[in-house]
Amino acid sequence: MAERLFFFLCALVAISTAVGMVASRNPVRSALLLVANFFCLAMLYFTLSAQFVGIIQIIVYAGAIMVLFLFVIMLLNLGSPEAQLQERELRRPLAWLLAIGLFLVLVSQVFLVVNAQPQPHGAAGTARMIGSAMFTQWSFPLLIVAVLLTVGVIGSILLARRRSA
Amino acid sequence: MTPSELGWALLRVAIVLGFLLGTLPLVIWFERRAIAWFQDRIGPNRLGPFGLFQPIADAVKLFFKEEIVPANADRFIWSLAPALSLFPALVAAATIPWGPNRLLTPVADVEIGILYFLAMSSLAAYGVLLAGWSSNNKYSLLGGLRASAQVISYELGMGLALATAIVASGSLRMTEMVAIQAEPLWGVVPFLHNWLVFTPWGLVGAALFFICMLAETNRAPFDLPEAESELVAGYQTEYSSMKFAAFFMGEYMAVLTISGIMTTCFLGGYLAPVNWSPLQSLAETGGGIFVPLATLTGALAPPFWFLLKVAALVFVFVWVRATLLRLRYDQLMNLGWRVLIPVGLMNLALLTVYLLYGWLPALVGYVLAIALYAIWAGERARRVERRQVILYAEARPYRRAESSPSSTPLSEGKGLPQEVLHG
Repeated sequence: MAERLFFFLCALVAISTAVGMVASRNPVRSALLLVANFFCLAMLYFTLSAQFVGIIQIIVYAGAIMVLFLFVIMLLNLGSPEAQLQERELRRPLAWLLAIGLFLVLVSQVFLVVNAQPQPHGAAGTARMIGSAMFTQWSFPLLIVAVLLTVGVIGSILLARRRSA
Repeated sequence: MTPSELGWALLRVAIVLGFLLGTLPLVIWFERRAIAWFQDRIGPNRLGPFGLFQPIADAVKLFFKEEIVPANADRFIWSLAPALSLFPALVAAATIPWGPNRLLTPVADVEIGILYFLAMSSLAAYGVLLAGWSSNNKYSLLGGLRASAQVISYELGMGLALATAIVASGSLRMTEMVAIQAEPLWGVVPFLHNWLVFTPWGLVGAALFFICMLAETNRAPFDLPEAESELVAGYQTEYSSMKFAAFFMGEYMAVLTISGIMTTCFLGGYLAPVNWSPLQSLAETGGGIFVPLATLTGALAPPFWFLLKVAALVFVFVWVRATLLRLRYDQLMNLGWRVLIPVGLMNLALLTVYLLYGWLPALVGYVLAIALYAIWAGERARRVERRQVILYAEARPYRRAESSPSSTPLSEGKGLPQEVLHG
């Protein structure tokens, strides 16, 4: 009972912060609402006994990436985005269409999964299980992701250097 | 969760929060007295014995001060920022074990204990960043930006240092990390504990972690976000009254918590330095009165040793603040990215060599790494280009060529250009 209550609380806050993030006109507030959203998602992972994924969600997304986002927003001092919105008036219907389509896909998936009734697996969420799965069963995809990330890092350095040189 | 479990959990929370909030005035008083001692002053000594009640007076003063809100501040975020800086400091200590009794400590003995601390400490950047931005003050903004850049940079080094501890103990659970360190030293000395700091990888890891923990808590010599000589008081410039006090409390609680983490991961946690107690051995041989005494000391000793180690680390914090000069910003970034991270990666690699091939190859690896570094550093020192630093006043060609170069322009004010005198 308490778990279900906690779930609905987190889900409510997650949804309202997500909506607020899109609706807010102030980029800093948008970023903050996204942080709150990530935090609630981490809480939902914890309730699914996926401790490791939840804490990594906080460390990586809420703690590192969003700090960088805020950093950039503050450095650029974007102000209010009204002026930028004016010229993009044409893209709005397309954006709505895409958003509704994606939402329908997600909702259909949710109903499919609910019908399938997967059982939560307590031990699978621990760091030990995830680590051994990643480095034995899924080591090749892991290596590919590592190569991709390295390429991304080198590419960003290259771009930054070209501009400064 | 049964009611008794809930009761124990609440008691554990109360112990940790009570300790953090209760020790806070003591730490502030200690820092002021110790800094005064280092600087050959007396420090606050009027209120109460040795000036012990001074922090209470300060708190009362801050409580009754007027709260000034900057006119163009983003009100909501401006009020949120102190809370965001206080929250991680209050909760981050939840996974640190103080003793072997699992009913009293830690608050939550979770499998991801050390990652939980990393997550909470990474959230601490928000308070500072948002305080700097929402104050609508250029000094505050610069302080906030500096803080966020610094915290992101040093989190990597800290993660690598903690990874050493994690790999060496084979667990993310902090109680298990302490239990691993309870083994005999190097597996051979029975009366000493195998604290991680006694191993080469642990020593390097502890040194890295110590540097990173100074930077993470924004303490001297890494206190650039609040460098008073450049940024007034950085991100806290516009804060007054209890909101200022919240930042202050957050900083000192972070110091206490991070000292606890270092104690747990590298300094053997709540373990005594020597694995032998006279009362215990007397109780085993003689019995009688010594049995209850041994039980009592056995219960009290682990928290005592833990708190002693934390207190020693807090003293080192103050010591470093009183001794070292503040780093320049580029020096800070260089140290983080070009020294701490490579050293941390090297250390981690050599630790895995130890785990896979035993201690001899690892030791050879350490000697090789140090030798290579010495050769490289010597080569660099030989080839260093002598750079001439030209002061602004000298760089401008305002003097005629015949004036002697030995006379410094600052000693004779009339030779200075207008920009220097009035700018």
